[in-house]
Amino acid sequence: MRPLTPALAPGLVFALAFLPVVAQEAPQAFIGARIIPMEGPEIEQGVLVVQGGKVIAVGGADLAVPAGAVRHDAKGKVIMPGLVDTHSHIGSPEGADSSAPIQPEVRVSDSLNLGSASVMKARAGGITSVNVMPGSGHLLSGQTMYLKLREGQTLDALAMGRLPNGSYLGGMKMANGTNPRRTTGPFPGTRAKSAALVREQFVKAQDYQRKLKEAGDDPKKRPSRDLAMEALVEVLEGKRVVHHHTHRHDDILTVLRLSKEFGFKVVLHHVSDAWMVADEVAKSGMGASIILIDSPGGKLETKDLRMTNGAALEKAGVLVGFHTDDPITDSRWFIREAAFAVRAGMSRQAALEGMTLSGAKLLDLQGRIGSLKAGKDADFLLLSGDPLSVYSHVEQTWVEGAKVFDRSDPKQRLYAVGGHGASHDTDDLTHLMALEAEETYQ
Amino acid sequence: MSRLALIFCLTAALHGQSIAIQAEALHTVAGPVIADGVVLILDGKITAVGKASDVKIPAGLAVKRAKVAIPGLVDGRSTVGLSGLLNQSHDQDQLEASAPIQPELRAIDAYNGRDPLVGYLRSLGITTVHTGHGPGALISGQTFVVKTDATEVTRGVLKAQAMVAATLGDGARARDGKAPGTRAKQIAMLRSELVGAQEYARKLKDAEKGKEPGRDLRKEALAQVLRRELPLLVTAHRAQDILSLLRLAKEFDLDIVLDGGAEAYLVLDALKAAKVPVILHPTMARSFGDQENQSLETAAKLQAAGIPFSFQSGFEGYVPKTRVVLWEGAMAAANGLGFEDTLRALTLTPARLLGLGDRVGSLEKGKDGDVALYDGDPFEFTTHCVGTVINGVVVSEGEDTRPLSR
Repeated sequence: MRPLTPALAPGLVFALAFLPVVAQEAPQAFIGARIIPMEGPEIEQGVLVVQGGKVIAVGGADLAVPAGAVRHDAKGKVIMPGLVDTHSHIGSPEGADSSAPIQPEVRVSDSLNLGSASVMKARAGGITSVNVMPGSGHLLSGQTMYLKLREGQTLDALAMGRLPNGSYLGGMKMANGTNPRRTTGPFPGTRAKSAALVREQFVKAQDYQRKLKEAGDDPKKRPSRDLAMEALVEVLEGKRVVHHHTHRHDDILTVLRLSKEFGFKVVLHHVSDAWMVADEVAKSGMGASIILIDSPGGKLETKDLRMTNGAALEKAGVLVGFHTDDPITDSRWFIREAAFAVRAGMSRQAALEGMTLSGAKLLDLQGRIGSLKAGKDADFLLLSGDPLSVYSHVEQTWVEGAKVFDRSDPKQRLYAVGGHGASHDTDDLTHLMALEAEETYQ
Repeated sequence: MSRLALIFCLTAALHGQSIAIQAEALHTVAGPVIADGVVLILDGKITAVGKASDVKIPAGLAVKRAKVAIPGLVDGRSTVGLSGLLNQSHDQDQLEASAPIQPELRAIDAYNGRDPLVGYLRSLGITTVHTGHGPGALISGQTFVVKTDATEVTRGVLKAQAMVAATLGDGARARDGKAPGTRAKQIAMLRSELVGAQEYARKLKDAEKGKEPGRDLRKEALAQVLRRELPLLVTAHRAQDILSLLRLAKEFDLDIVLDGGAEAYLVLDALKAAKVPVILHPTMARSFGDQENQSLETAAKLQAAGIPFSFQSGFEGYVPKTRVVLWEGAMAAANGLGFEDTLRALTLTPARLLGLGDRVGSLEKGKDGDVALYDGDPFEFTTHCVGTVINGVVVSEGEDTRPLSR
């Protein structure tokens, strides 16, 4: 990330923020680091070459550095793919409100503040891709958004893509168990009611989908647009993965039954009791995004959470990713979860993949991110030591060949270690908002 | 060895309170690391510490071996045992919300040593906790100090009354028109209470025999604070609240301990001049509200300034229901504090801060036989605690985070 210079005129900062990164710069070579490419063995004294936002080559000391490449000495460092956080609430997201338990038309993208300190802290923690989820307390609280933490603070600058209807690439947030239960309003009061309400909506969506199909290309025969149903049809068609909050063993199985009944793809999130039903999860073929925190408890559904969750799921053959659920866990300690998982018996490889390649697979983005492989996005970290050591720091975070965090810059270091002002939104945002205000009120 | 001594040793061993601990790296905190060191614990107390070649282990004594041994960890401030794992109203006893000032509430009357979180902490090497009433009220109640193997408070209590817990700033703010609604009101209320307690103490002292005022438990507890028998443990995060606290302490000549101290790094000189020790907020606490400016480097700054400080697991209202002081220290170790100073702030410093420096906090002859064993650097998140020993008894053989056996 460029230095945040307050002396720059707001307009100039604005212009810089939107300069396209496509300018075909010279290749950059990072030489001498231990490289953990994630696919394939770790490479001592490795060389990573990136250009045009993509990985060009990864290899050992004998890899030829292209002529004219900018050379970065990375001796003594460790390079690994940028981290993929499969469930986070950075950027002050909001989703569905208290008026209904199921609100598929609500998009988290319409609420994000991408200049918030939480986004800066995520970059400082080495997170380069993140699934930002709308709030909590609903059976279905809206559409999530997959962000790439490039520089910039606009949705377009950070989006991973769009669906045909213009909505940003992301999944659908759902929840069961105690999370959506309320004693008032149109919310479910029991687990069976929760499932019944979800089933009812998916039946409606199937009906809507059938009508759309029958209408074919004839606009006159098409049902009138229903944004909620459109979004659920995206789920039924596999264009949106369901990211499902669920803790208790029986609730996990309920999610799997509904997923099978309607044929939607689901990622099981949190899954505190997954170790009890690991084989059933494995049989379903669905993946899990887990969180490992300091201790069990804090609510009834996490009373049996164990650090062995990752190990149990790995043993059963389940694809396991991790998430911070920031602010439940700060984005800056994401790597600690992988270390905890290893502490409790998960393999080092599965734990490292859980933060990168497995996370990418859970988001269906493994073709673009999650490993350092020629053709994939040049998202990577420079660490001062082994990623699983508490003593290692993320020194630099790179997204698509551009540095977005540098610990040696005092202003950016503030977001890594904290201190006065570290929870304030970035200077860039202040400039951006001033500019927007100027344009609005001219 | 005389026959009598041998019989004594064997008896003690049978009672499970005698053991030898041998470690590749023995960190005593009282001195330099001992390579291949031995701690000898007889009848619950440490009787010898030194190189394996220098310490004679009595024949027949059980020997527990590990890569690394350190003094049992001392959690500087917790609510464990009062804020239960389930987080339901029936197991939350760390805060009584009926009134803002209740110094008469005693931790020993609320502690549940069988809460699973106590056992969880014990299995990670924490042997002593300073726990009790939490932050969240102007004066929430008292704290006490207990060993983590005490399932009942009929044993293992090191201090039945440790400190009186208070909170300043947003954490103690009452809503809905109730007092204290502002920072100034908080100080005004504390001042008024302390003045009331001063008068109560004076009346007690001046009264003729048989004409003493009726007992007032609330004022009695504050009179203990005024007599410096009990330190006032004040949770304050913002620099302005810390300075308010220092003014109040000076006004009433109180023995205070700063709890939290998210912005302590802004007022190091004032803290040092006032000789106030700090029980620092959990390093990885969430950076919101009064704590928005906290830093991973505050511990290192306190160390550099020569201010005594300890780590703590603190209080959590949600998940995780308890933090683990070992890991809060680890994050500071990696952010400028280093291994040795971190270990001290997890052991000897909190022990001294609690007035228990002669009992726990280091591996020295005459102290309690409390030891934590690890299979590597205790601060690495990938290392395991492989045993916890309290008063010479092996109370845990490993974490409940160990690999699944099935």
